[in-house]
Amino acid sequence: MATPLVVSEVSKSFTMHLRDGIRLPVVADVSFSVASGECVVLGGPSGIGKSSLLKMIYGNYAVDTGQILVKHEDRIVDLASADPRTILDVRRATLGYVSQFLRTVPRVAALDVVAEPLLARGENAASARKRAADLLAKLNLPRELWQLPPATFSGGEQQRVNIARGFITDHAILLLDEPTASLDAINRRVVIGMIEEKKERGVALLGIFHDEEVRDAVGDRILDVSKFSPRKAAA
Amino acid sequence: MSTTPLLKVKDISKFYGGRTGCRDVSFELWPGEVLAIVGESGSGKTTLLNCISTRLLPTTGSVEYHMRDGVYRDLFRMNEAERRFLMRTDWGFVHQNPADGLRMTVSAGANVGERLMAVGNRHYGNIRETAIDWLGRVEIDADRVDDQPRAFSGGMRQRLQIARNLVTGPRLVFMDEPTGGLDVSVQARLLDLVRGLVHDLGLSAIIVTHDLAVARLLSHRMMVMKDGQVIEQGLTDRVLDDPREPYTQLLVSSILQV
Repeated sequence: MATPLVVSEVSKSFTMHLRDGIRLPVVADVSFSVASGECVVLGGPSGIGKSSLLKMIYGNYAVDTGQILVKHEDRIVDLASADPRTILDVRRATLGYVSQFLRTVPRVAALDVVAEPLLARGENAASARKRAADLLAKLNLPRELWQLPPATFSGGEQQRVNIARGFITDHAILLLDEPTASLDAINRRVVIGMIEEKKERGVALLGIFHDEEVRDAVGDRILDVSKFSPRKAAA
Repeated sequence: MSTTPLLKVKDISKFYGGRTGCRDVSFELWPGEVLAIVGESGSGKTTLLNCISTRLLPTTGSVEYHMRDGVYRDLFRMNEAERRFLMRTDWGFVHQNPADGLRMTVSAGANVGERLMAVGNRHYGNIRETAIDWLGRVEIDADRVDDQPRAFSGGMRQRLQIARNLVTGPRLVFMDEPTGGLDVSVQARLLDLVRGLVHDLGLSAIIVTHDLAVARLLSHRMMVMKDGQVIEQGLTDRVLDDPREPYTQLLVSSILQV
């Protein structure tokens, strides 16, 4: 089976210069891979570095050492050392990410927030909006909200816009940071169905799911992040 | 992905007597890329912008531009006429104060039309029609076309300045604090407008701002300046969410949360 994401010997720490240069180790020597059609769940207690790990893979956090290898178009890209242009290109075509919270932009309608990743890939506006509308309908977002900017939406509504935006493309790798945290039972099941569809299509998924129902339904295996925690060794 | 940069900036330094404006700045800008230059007042970001856009002669360094015919030209080796032609056709410059980029005593339509005439348009009806179309794109009503920008609000003036710059279909736009001095609601509208236009037109842009939220919303990549030097650069969300340098950490942590 294809393995579009390989993380190799990655370490990360934060140096807080405003706090006398105190160094906070986050993870050390992280190595794992995710295969096509597989959903790997990041496990371990809060604060152990699960979200940070997703952010490193997305290129949002820098890493100190190691490699993050992604199959992008016909080549392998190391996101740990790639330049900004390459990282943006990988995000556009290969690597999707559903963050914990939606970052809203003033004046942009929910429908356009969702359609944007398709437009960035050069799809025409009408078919991108159609796909966006289908997804929002599937996630039960009331139709009267579609043309409004999501800034004033409830947490659950914003999260559904965020999920639709992340799921709209056919990216080969998808990172999920608690996508169901603020959803009700019905919509949680919709998202479970959407994740299963992605798996059937051969997408490699890596996610954080605190919700047991979701984790049991979609997770193929659990990767315990606490085994990469430098603090564990000290304790 | 495009394989050739639009702009190659090499070792630009500008000294004012013994004082440093900016020092040893090098970078490349790619087609469709938006670069934000951030830093506090006096950090050298405007000096750098003025050097790159040839409004100021740097003490050392070179800026090469990928011309439409595919050849790289060193901007400081062009003659004045060539440089002016480039500036009014292929480039735009949006000033912080719209009065610096507009002619305040001619009509809004003429402000936009003037750039079109500079590139050879002569048909009055076409020029007026294009001007009205562009006023619409920056959300200024067509019935204001004959008004002078003196009669416009600050936000409208800034939008007019943007229309004036973009009407000739430039490939590169420089912006110096484009939202400075505007109310936040007016800022949001302008930012959204700029974001849409940059995306739709595939523009490259270099934006100087002290506002990190502006950098986050508009730019792909950012450079942080302090004391005339670039101290940190990278993907915009990486620099803002995982700043490495003490000064960048200070800047990011100083943002007030609403």
